[in-house]
Amino acid sequence: MNAQPAAEVFETYSEEVASGEVKLETRNLDFFYGKVQSLHGVTIPFARNSVTALIGPSGCGKSTLLRALNRIYALYPGQRADGQILLDGQDILDRGVDLTVLRSRIGMVFQQPTPFPMSIYDNVAFGVRLYERLSKAELNQRVEESLRRSALWDEVKDKLHASGLSLSGGQQQRLCVARTVAVRPEVLLLDEPASALDPISTAKLEETIVELKRDMAVVIVTHNLQQAARISDYAAFMYLGRLVEFAATARLFDTPRASRTADYITGRFG
Amino acid sequence: MKLDRRGRRSLKAGAFMAFSYVSTVLALVALVAILASLLVEGVGGLNLAVFTQSTPPPGGEGGLANAIVGSLMLCAAAMVAAVVVGVLAGTWLAEYSCDSWYARVVRFVNDVLLSAPSILIGLFIYEVVVRPMGGFSGYAGALALALIATPVVTRTTEDVLKLQSRALRESGVALGSPLWTTIQKILWRAAGGGIVTGGLLAFARISGETAPLLFTSLNNQFFSLDMGRPIANLPVVIFNFALSAYEDWRRLAWVGALLIAVAVLAINVLVRVLAREPRRS
Repeated sequence: MNAQPAAEVFETYSEEVASGEVKLETRNLDFFYGKVQSLHGVTIPFARNSVTALIGPSGCGKSTLLRALNRIYALYPGQRADGQILLDGQDILDRGVDLTVLRSRIGMVFQQPTPFPMSIYDNVAFGVRLYERLSKAELNQRVEESLRRSALWDEVKDKLHASGLSLSGGQQQRLCVARTVAVRPEVLLLDEPASALDPISTAKLEETIVELKRDMAVVIVTHNLQQAARISDYAAFMYLGRLVEFAATARLFDTPRASRTADYITGRFG
Repeated sequence: MKLDRRGRRSLKAGAFMAFSYVSTVLALVALVAILASLLVEGVGGLNLAVFTQSTPPPGGEGGLANAIVGSLMLCAAAMVAAVVVGVLAGTWLAEYSCDSWYARVVRFVNDVLLSAPSILIGLFIYEVVVRPMGGFSGYAGALALALIATPVVTRTTEDVLKLQSRALRESGVALGSPLWTTIQKILWRAAGGGIVTGGLLAFARISGETAPLLFTSLNNQFFSLDMGRPIANLPVVIFNFALSAYEDWRRLAWVGALLIAVAVLAINVLVRVLAREPRRS
């Protein structure tokens, strides 16, 4: 697979996502943790206004791919990405890219809920205050809108000034989503956001995700195949640092082309 | 009678437990004995004059006001320096150093400093500050105390920052916040209780230090707020008075010792309360 020339690889996927629909894409992306290479020539498009699920067994590189997309890995010297990651056609791996601006355009929510040690209101306003000078009224409105979009408003509207740490795990995770969408990102990255949540919180979070794709491209890493099937429009199966198959979710689950994909989604390994 | 394996094992377990109990009791007895003797000898000398009058000449009336105020000033000045340097150094070690070769050297040196005998630090400040400046001073004393407190603050700051989850740090950065802003507004706040605890423990540590002050701030029989000159402080007053031939001086030494012990105890209780405060409910 690695030997395949780049052009042919994304030719394969252009039939799945029309080029005008592509918000973010990687081309021949390699990723290294020090000397260990953990992504090999990954080429994958992420369409606007849709949810793309990254699936595959543990260690297949799906989280690594996600962490490359907002360059959060750049916090750690020794981690390095080669190839191209194009956001609206612009390569974000270029040296001159302002990482803080990039990360305000590409938001990320992590596996463990990480409310900041401050009030619910300040959690949501935190990112907004970094980039925008809003009046008090505008900020209030933005906070409310973000909490409504993450389906948390009704539960917290009477205690906006309580600590974010006082919420339950599921609420904390929706707070993290609210905080991220408050910045109005163009892409939302979710790293197994529901894996620490109970089924009811998971269902709420999934509704939120489907709602959010109206305004942004969503990429979600998940171990839960039912979840991927329920909420994603496209799905990518990865194995050992390589992209094995990318397709519209229904197609990938109904008629996988690669035998490894079929084995994984039918539970024969992974 | 020969014991089987289980019998031998339970005998060993019993012996070990008894040994642990005895050791605990010994440690407690020592602590209680110290506190008891302080109370017995010190409480009798406590009166208003202790807090309002300065140290007396032999046979005269007096208190410890100059030493109490001097000690507070020395410790406060030392803590300001130690917190600024220690928090920044600990933050660098935890967040920026990436565990490089240089960081490991810094951490090692800090650990050495953490256990350096305080008399060495006093002598060092004597050589590099007191002698060139031509005299003992409160600044030199505060500097010596700061050198003792800084490694404590550095170490605790690094430790509590490292306890914060990697995801917390990353989620600040993932919102588009620069790392420095993330540290100031999120990580320091999340680790705040631990950093304050470290500062208080360092404060408790330096509040009774005598050796470094003997070579630096020395003592002053009179009330003084001038940090540029020798300044009175409780540990050195205790040291001088306890060894003296005068009964009333020795009684004041006991009172001073009681005051320091109560202050250290209060700080430790405060630390306990802070540590118990629920950070997540």
